[in-house]
Amino acid sequence: MIVHSIFFYFFSIIAIFSSLMVITSRSTINSVFFLILDFISVGCLFIMVGAEFLGMILLIVYVGAVAVLFLFVVMMLNVAEQKQSWFIGKKSTHIPTGLIVSVLILLELLVVVGGWKYKEDVMSSSTLIMSDISNTHQLGLVMYTDYILYFQLAGIVLLLAMIGAILLTFRERVGVKKQSYINQISRSPSTAIELKEVRSNQGVKIDD
Amino acid sequence: MIEIGLGHYLSLGAIIFFLGVIGIFLNRKNVIVILMSIELILLAVNINLISFSIFSGDILGQIFTMLILTVAAAEAAIGLAIIVVYYRNRGSIRVEDIHGMKG
Repeated sequence: MIVHSIFFYFFSIIAIFSSLMVITSRSTINSVFFLILDFISVGCLFIMVGAEFLGMILLIVYVGAVAVLFLFVVMMLNVAEQKQSWFIGKKSTHIPTGLIVSVLILLELLVVVGGWKYKEDVMSSSTLIMSDISNTHQLGLVMYTDYILYFQLAGIVLLLAMIGAILLTFRERVGVKKQSYINQISRSPSTAIELKEVRSNQGVKIDD
Repeated sequence: MIEIGLGHYLSLGAIIFFLGVIGIFLNRKNVIVILMSIELILLAVNINLISFSIFSGDILGQIFTMLILTVAAAEAAIGLAIIVVYYRNRGSIRVEDIHGMKG
């Protein structure tokens, strides 16, 4: 149990520090790297608490895909010259409002420190965690049977996001030569070949 | 303090949520940082769901977490595509420069 608490404090301090650095870092690229560190540490926390599959998914999906997507966009958009710290600027009237709202939300959320009591049999559930099979096994047993509709709807959400992202960033470029298959196939010999009578010592003018 | 319970995980989620909200409100740099703050908020929600799932012995929370992960990935892709299009049209994604709707 002492090892559990040591690892918990280690990873949670890293997570809090890196999420603080995400929002205060001066350059955007550092923010992305701290976001990756945040996801890694929270993924380790998930694995530690017993949700191995979701911890691994967090590492694969976020660190492998989403964070790299952020890195690509930051590198493409040339935002390095736009770095600026927080409190510089003539319009700073939003800062007290934002602080008040944030602190209120934090105070509301910190009610959880007071403890959490629940009745054991407040509702009956058919998806209780069983200890004799692994986490991934049990997640599959529930997700592919009772929640198959939501699983497939999640797939449709991903498909729509992919189509939307491609459609948003698609741009028709002018002046780029492309191959046109239909024009190539629909040529006939009568339009493509022209027979000419070549006189001796005179040659052929090709241009006309 | 030594015994790690549900309250510790919920506190961690609350602190990360709070930092994400602060990042949205107090950001003056560019919109990408706002998207990253939204990712932080979704991560805090995931921490809450998984800790409730583990400590109450019901695996349903982990399934919700998986669906939230899906939606978060889709949101990041669409948001970054919108940012790319905006930058292509306007040449800047600073928060102060985005006032086309006079909001």
